[in-house]
Amino acid sequence: MSEAVVSTRIRLARNLKEYPFPIRLSADKAREIADKVGEALKDCGIKFHRIDLDAIPDTIRVAMIERHLVSPDFIDAQEGRAVYLSDDNTVSIMVNEEDHIRLQVIKDGFELNEAYALADQIDNILSKKLNFAFHKQFGYLTQCPTNLGTGMRASVMLHLPALEMSGAVNRIGANLSKLGLTMRGLYGESTKPAGAFFQLSNQVTLGISEKAAIDNLQNITTQLIAQEMRARETALSNIEVEDRIHRALGILKTARLMDHNEAMRLLSLVRLGVSEKKLESLSTDSIDTLLVEIQPASIMTKYGDDMSPRDRDIKRAEIIRTKFN
Amino acid sequence: MLCQHCKKHEATTHVKTMINGKVTEYRLCPECAHELGYDNMFSDFSADFGGLLSSFFSNALPAISGAAHCEGCGSTLNDIKRTGKVGCADCYDTFFSELLPTIRSIHGNTEHKGKQPVIEYTVNEEEKKTDASAESPEDKIKTLRVELKQAIADENFERAAQLRDEIKELEG
Ligand SMILES: [Zn+2]
Ligand SMILES: [Zn+2]
Ligand SMILES: [Zn+2]
Repeated sequence: MSEAVVSTRIRLARNLKEYPFPIRLSADKAREIADKVGEALKDCGIKFHRIDLDAIPDTIRVAMIERHLVSPDFIDAQEGRAVYLSDDNTVSIMVNEEDHIRLQVIKDGFELNEAYALADQIDNILSKKLNFAFHKQFGYLTQCPTNLGTGMRASVMLHLPALEMSGAVNRIGANLSKLGLTMRGLYGESTKPAGAFFQLSNQVTLGISEKAAIDNLQNITTQLIAQEMRARETALSNIEVEDRIHRALGILKTARLMDHNEAMRLLSLVRLGVSEKKLESLSTDSIDTLLVEIQPASIMTKYGDDMSPRDRDIKRAEIIRTKFN
Repeated sequence: MLCQHCKKHEATTHVKTMINGKVTEYRLCPECAHELGYDNMFSDFSADFGGLLSSFFSNALPAISGAAHCEGCGSTLNDIKRTGKVGCADCYDTFFSELLPTIRSIHGNTEHKGKQPVIEYTVNEEEKKTDASAESPEDKIKTLRVELKQAIADENFERAAQLRDEIKELEG
């Protein structure tokens, strides 16, 4: 069942009391904070390396976004913005994005409690060295009031192809917001998320403890997966769906041009086939890795900044063919 | 339907958010969705509705009279309203009553529940003492118990012993 959960993420927003929030921060002060964070991380038992955002090319920044290592806000390489990455890329600490500190832990699969435990541990270490802005009533103070309180955003990235095929996903999405959760499509056009990948996260951060928010997300995710599994049974007993899955694999193995949306759609079908044992092919883990590798900036980082969209479509088809054959 | 943000372009993105227990929906054009961080390509984990905040503010805030600055960062209430971003930690006290309705409308709540920063105890001794005077003994014991647990978890046994003594004393 955990194969429907691609990955889990915990993000904590923190600010230093003695500095204005990033919107009011000078470049000098921003760099000072980046240094302080590095200093505070020194004896936490995890090795981090620092990347200064203004020192790397655009495509690498975007590739980091595609890998979810930094947030989309980090697209602007403002002076003093930096990210500390653990060697295994599980932990990233963004400095001077929306808040002074955005601590993020990503784990493969459905690992909410484990991911939170690690984030909490690093947060404790940082909070002993850095003077975090904390308010008796509002909790952790953040630049944007939407993150007040715990400053925590917990999310799971879900693959829900059967619920999408049946059209149930939209109805579910609407009901989820009543339960304090937000569901958003990942990868794709805004109206139609390509490949049925969704992100489910807690919506509110003030007035709900970390544990309550995580338990809520955990429960609802579990229910959602159960619904997806039921929908898969129906979907996979349908010869047309089975046909689509097998055709998807055929195209992925042979195509010479593959745009981003098509790739996402086909990989999603094959991922469904593999996790329901309808197909002998790559593992879901390898497919998940491939999903990142075929994102535009990830291709450009690896194969050249000056690629035209057509060059990328050619390269994308080639990467996929190589993997599947 | 037209985009609710710019009111110029055709809306293609549908955003749902919960405010005050009520689901509110926004329809945005691709440009605005991008601008506000809702485009899906990178939509990712920052489930922040920061961009939409200025519209929350314009509804929730009373008319601005005069321009009080925050001592900490120089922000005026107008700055916060315009950007949807608070300037510094002090702003939350400076503009407490102005921000409160907005915070309530975002979270449906105004009281933090959950974690507090783990602090090196020596730094904060002074502050704790003044806090403690306002607390009832029962509350104080509760707080101390939490601290004790944390001290043990941190292997700060010296502090743990000190806390245990304090709890004993209060329990009489
Ligand atoms: Zn618009
Ligand atoms: Zn606009
Ligand atoms: Zn301020």
